[in-house]
Amino acid sequence: MNPPSERTVRAGRIDCRVWEKGRGEPLGFLGGLRGLPRWTPFLDRLAAGRRVVAPSLPGFPGARGHDALDDVADWVTATLDVLDASGLAGCDLIGASVGATLAAEVAAFSGATVRRLVLIAPFGLFVPEAPVADLWAQKPRELPSLLSAHPERLEAALDAPAGADPTEWQLTANRANEAAARLLWPLGDLGLAKRLHRVRAPTLLVWGAQDRVVPPSHAKRYASGIAGWVELREIGDAGHTVEIDQPDAVARVVLDFL
Amino acid sequence: MKLLWFHLMPYTDLPEDFAEKHPSVWVDIDPALFDPRRGHELYNEFMDELEAAAELGFDGVCVNEHHANAYGLMPSPNLIASSLARRTRETAIVLMGNSLALYDPPTRVAEEMAMIDCISGGRLVAGFPVGTPMDTCYAYGRNPSQLRQRYREAHDLVMRAWTEGKPFTWNGRFHKLRYVNPWPRPVQQPHPPVWIPGGGSLETWRWCAERDYVYSYLSYFGYKAGAATMRGFWEAMDQLGKDRNPYRAGFLQFVGVAETHDEALDLYREPAEYFYGRCLHLDPRFAAPPGYTSEATQRARVESMVARAAGGSGSGTARDWGDIVDRGYVIVGSPDEVAERLRHVARSLHVGHLMLLLQFGNMGRELTLHNTELFAKRVMPQLTDLFDDEWEDAWWPRPLPLEERARPRELSS
Repeated sequence: MNPPSERTVRAGRIDCRVWEKGRGEPLGFLGGLRGLPRWTPFLDRLAAGRRVVAPSLPGFPGARGHDALDDVADWVTATLDVLDASGLAGCDLIGASVGATLAAEVAAFSGATVRRLVLIAPFGLFVPEAPVADLWAQKPRELPSLLSAHPERLEAALDAPAGADPTEWQLTANRANEAAARLLWPLGDLGLAKRLHRVRAPTLLVWGAQDRVVPPSHAKRYASGIAGWVELREIGDAGHTVEIDQPDAVARVVLDFL
Repeated sequence: MKLLWFHLMPYTDLPEDFAEKHPSVWVDIDPALFDPRRGHELYNEFMDELEAAAELGFDGVCVNEHHANAYGLMPSPNLIASSLARRTRETAIVLMGNSLALYDPPTRVAEEMAMIDCISGGRLVAGFPVGTPMDTCYAYGRNPSQLRQRYREAHDLVMRAWTEGKPFTWNGRFHKLRYVNPWPRPVQQPHPPVWIPGGGSLETWRWCAERDYVYSYLSYFGYKAGAATMRGFWEAMDQLGKDRNPYRAGFLQFVGVAETHDEALDLYREPAEYFYGRCLHLDPRFAAPPGYTSEATQRARVESMVARAAGGSGSGTARDWGDIVDRGYVIVGSPDEVAERLRHVARSLHVGHLMLLLQFGNMGRELTLHNTELFAKRVMPQLTDLFDDEWEDAWWPRPLPLEERARPRELSS
C-alpha cells in the first residue's frame, strides 16, 4: 500500500492531521473506536475510486483536545470544525462506529454539511431488548474477538509498525479509547433518536452480521428514524469493525451506493 | 502520633466458594448474597465497635464510602458519622470520605459535613477521595474521562461554600448554581482539616502539597508494599519545598494483637484469608476504565511495566496466611512485637496519622473488641509519644472545649 499524503489543519482550537489518497470528488471518513492509527486496506479500496480524506477527531490519533469536550454539543461542534477545516463541508461522509455516531449527529444538526451519508455500525440508540455490549467492562484479552470476526485483521490495523515507539503507541491507543468513552459513556441514549428525523441526506447503513457490540437490530431502528432515503446492507462474516473485517465487501457496497 | 480506628464494614457472610462461583465482589455482585437481617445485625455491631474504640481512647474513628460493594457497606459514610457525632465525646470523626464527584450538587457535601461538624462540636476531619473506578464509573456511571475534572470542580465549590461568607453564584463547567449559601457552617473555621485518601498518583501528591492537605495512603497491602509510595510522596514534598512534618501523611495498616505471636497467628488467620480471598475478589473488568488514570501516571506505569516485563514477573495478591504475614499485609504478634513493628512503620514511612484496621474480613464482635482492647491498653501507650516533641499536628480537628459541648440525653430504655 502506498501511504496517504499528510497535512495538518487548524480546526477550531485544535490541530488536526488529515490523511488523503486517491483522485476525484472528496469522500470523508471518520474512524472507529481507536481512530485511525494506520491507513487501512478499506481506505485503499475506496481511494481507487474517490479522493479519500480522513481527518482526525479530538483525542484520536492525529489530534488532541478531547478533554475540552463535555457533551454531544461540544463533540458535534468539534466535528463540524474538523470537517470544515479539511474541506469536507457539503461532501459525502462515511463514519465507522464512534465516527459514524458523530457523522449521524452532524447530519442531523447541520443538514448542509453532509451530501450522502454512510454509517457503519453507529452507536447512539438505547434499545432495552438489544443492549450494546459494555466495551469498557471486558477482560483486555477478550476485546479483539468482541470487536471483530477476524481479530488478526483488527490487530494488523492497530499494531505498532516497525520503528514506532511502543510507549507512545500505547498511550495514543489509550487516549483514543478515552476519547470514545468521553463521548459514549455509559453507552446509554445519546439523544440521537430525537434528532434522526432531521437526517435528510441519502443514507447507507452498513452492519456486520456478527456485530457483538451494537446488535444488528439497531440498524432497523436507525433506518426507521431517518427521514430521507435509507438503504441497509448487512455484511456476512463481519463483526463490529466491519470495514476492517471485510474491506473489499464494504468498499464495494459503499462505492455502489455513492 | 495519632492512632485511628478504621472500619471498612465488610459483609461477613460471603459463602466459602464465593471466589469460585462469583466473578466479582463489586459492581454486579449478586444482591441476593446480602441478607438484610444480617445487615441489621452487622451495622449495629460495627457501630458498637466504632463507639467502643472511641471510648478506649483512639484519637479518631474512621469511616469511608463504597458502592455496590460487599467489603464496604457504607454508600453513605455520613449516616454513620452523624451517629458517631452523638455517641462519642472526644474522639475525632474521620470521614474518609465523601467521593466528591458523586454528589450532585457538590454543595451537599459542604452541607452534610457542616452538620456533622456542628453536631459533634467541631470534631470532623473532611476526607475527599476521588473514589475507585468501581464506585465512581461503574456503580455511579460517572464518565471516567471527566471524573478528575468533576472532582476538582466539586472540591473548589465545597471549599468556597465553606469560606465565602456570603451567597455566591457558581458558574462551573459541570454545575451551575445561582445561589450557593450553605446553612449550616462548620464549627471549625475556616473549615475542618482536609485529608485526601489517595492511591499513588503524582498529581495527588502535588495537589496535597499545594493545598496543604494530608495525603492518606489507604493501602490494603501494608507497610512493605506501601514504602515505595510513601518514599515517592516525601520526595515530591522535598521538591515542592514542604517540610517533612509526618502529620502531612496518613497510612492504613491491618493489625492483629494477641498475648503471643503464635496465638495471633491462630486468631487472625481466618479473618485475613476471608478479606484477601473474598473481599478482595476483584474483577479486572472494572479496574481500568479509560481516562481514570491520567496520562502522566499512565506514562510512568507503561514504562515501569515494560521494564518489569523485561526484567521479572509481578506477583499477585497474597491469599494465603503465610504470605499475607510475610508480606506485611497484616502485622500480627504480641503487644510488644506489634508496638515495635508499628514504631518502625511510623518512622520508616514517616507517618504521623496511623489508621489501624483492627476489624477485618469476617472478624466477629468478640475478636474485634479483644483486638481493640489489647491494642488500646498494651500497644497504644508505646506509640503515642512518637513525633510529639518534634512536630505539631496542624491537620487535626480543633473542637469546642469539652465543657461547652452538648451532652446527648440518656436513653430511657
